[in-house]
Amino acid sequence: MSLAAAIPVSSGTDRAIDALLTRFPRQGSALLPALYLIQDEQGWISEDSMAYVAGKIGVSPAFVVGVVSFYTMFHRRPVGRHHIQVCRTLSCMLRGGHEVMRHLESRLGIRKGETTPDGRFSLTFVECLGACDTAPCAQVNDEDVGPLDREKVDALLEILKGR
Amino acid sequence: MAYEPLLLRNIHREDSRSIDVYLAHGGYQGLRRALKETTPEAMVEEVKNSGLRGRGGAGFSTGMKWSFLPKGLEKPRYLCVNADESEPGTFKDRLLIEKDPHLVLEGTILSAWAIQSRTAFFYIRGEFYAGERIFRRAIEEARAHGFLGTNILGSGFDLEVIPYRGAGAYICGEETALLESLEGKRGLPRIKPPFPAIVGLYGCPTIINNVETLANVTLIAERGAAWYASIGRPKNTGPKLFCLSGHVKRPGVFEAPLGTPLLTLLNEHAGGMLHRDRPLKACVPGGSSMKVLPAERCDVLMDFDSLAAAGTMLGSAGGMVMDSSTCMVAALLNLAEFYEHESCGQCTPCREGTGWFTKILRRLEGGQGRAEDPDLLLDVARKVEGNTICPFGEAIAWPVQSYVTEFRSEFDAHVARKGCPLAVAARS
Repeated sequence: MSLAAAIPVSSGTDRAIDALLTRFPRQGSALLPALYLIQDEQGWISEDSMAYVAGKIGVSPAFVVGVVSFYTMFHRRPVGRHHIQVCRTLSCMLRGGHEVMRHLESRLGIRKGETTPDGRFSLTFVECLGACDTAPCAQVNDEDVGPLDREKVDALLEILKGR
Repeated sequence: MAYEPLLLRNIHREDSRSIDVYLAHGGYQGLRRALKETTPEAMVEEVKNSGLRGRGGAGFSTGMKWSFLPKGLEKPRYLCVNADESEPGTFKDRLLIEKDPHLVLEGTILSAWAIQSRTAFFYIRGEFYAGERIFRRAIEEARAHGFLGTNILGSGFDLEVIPYRGAGAYICGEETALLESLEGKRGLPRIKPPFPAIVGLYGCPTIINNVETLANVTLIAERGAAWYASIGRPKNTGPKLFCLSGHVKRPGVFEAPLGTPLLTLLNEHAGGMLHRDRPLKACVPGGSSMKVLPAERCDVLMDFDSLAAAGTMLGSAGGMVMDSSTCMVAALLNLAEFYEHESCGQCTPCREGTGWFTKILRRLEGGQGRAEDPDLLLDVARKVEGNTICPFGEAIAWPVQSYVTEFRSEFDAHVARKGCPLAVAARS
């Protein structure tokens, strides 16, 4: 792990993580932002990356695995280019969130929790996104969409297919 | 309505998030005046006298909370802004952060000054991508104008505000879980006491305040405690952001004085029920963790004490409205699944109890319910409530107790008819 060549991230991300180590009153606080930097670069966080960042922060790899697995936004396996996260919780359910999910499943030919074989789409049911005024809502990567219905889902997929 | 919005006064302006627009409409005047004319101690008193109660859920006096800090300044003190808005049905802090970040930031600076904190953290839920970008920009703008950094406005006070993104965990809205997360750990709530005001972030005295609470501090600094206390009702003072979602015509965030009737918010602000032929069946007034009110008991005032008297709580003011088409077993199952997923797993009653709730409710909804199941739900809820490190235990026990008690016949009917009589099962 100590060989520079074995670093599983780019030198730019490596330097950015180094800069984080002195950003906070305690080095440990750098962990979550460091994990985000890795995920922004690679799309997910591999075991090698977890071991690498553990060495940077000065904690055990097991500790990092514990943190990564605790938070739903850290991915331990690659996700599709367009990650569609549909809200599952009550206000969205009342406005048809589950129908939106079913429509997406049938349009994409996958079930929730899966990724299309070509790696273009991942579909996830998530808990309240804090956007109940636009229920039923979803997030596509870092963009909020809603309120959704079958027609809007179809239009959204058309746009995403071109990206 | 003669009420002039205070918290939402800027959100409809073009480019409302920019500091130029904020300054053009009186922004940072409260901070200027406070730093020039008063003292941190006086600011704490002012907030105490205003009657401001925390807008995050518990409704505790903000000034009182601040005064729990130890007197000496041997250790650094920290202010943590709780922008981890995750209570289902709640989306008010998001609106403030995205549309008027400087109102929140000014309140953050004022509060940090009042408690003499030189480093403040802005812990924002990871899903709020836009909010985080907008708030980061607001911090840069404020620094460029001398409202952040060293020797702010010549007062000798230094402050840095550090944004910190959560990563998807409801529990991190609980203040001690938030601190753990901020320290780069799993968000497991801490045993209290010691309270964060004594032992908080990095073992130092720490105050955690909600976004909307801090926006209210800006108003108090601008116009004073007496003016502020004249809004709302005794012991329930000030303006409030109310969220309404679910089966209403116009879901949204509405500002009104504390103590505004729920039915006024529902029928006037939110435009009434979504479907003309489907009357109100139930409303959760304060976010999914609070007890549900059946329609006949929705004639209540929306403030801390009135809702407590009605057997529920104002919570985060995330009102969820359900019409006559709603199956209350399905609604409760939806929430049980939420809490099962979000339980941090630290305490057995919560970790196991949420699983029991889900299992029992699934079989009720699926037609395999047993006659004893409604009582079994209540029994498990009794064993969860009060037996966990953090209020998450209550957050699921209360909905279970209230849905089963208030809509008992509907739960029994699921057993008798071997499934959902409403057959709206909008679930998969």
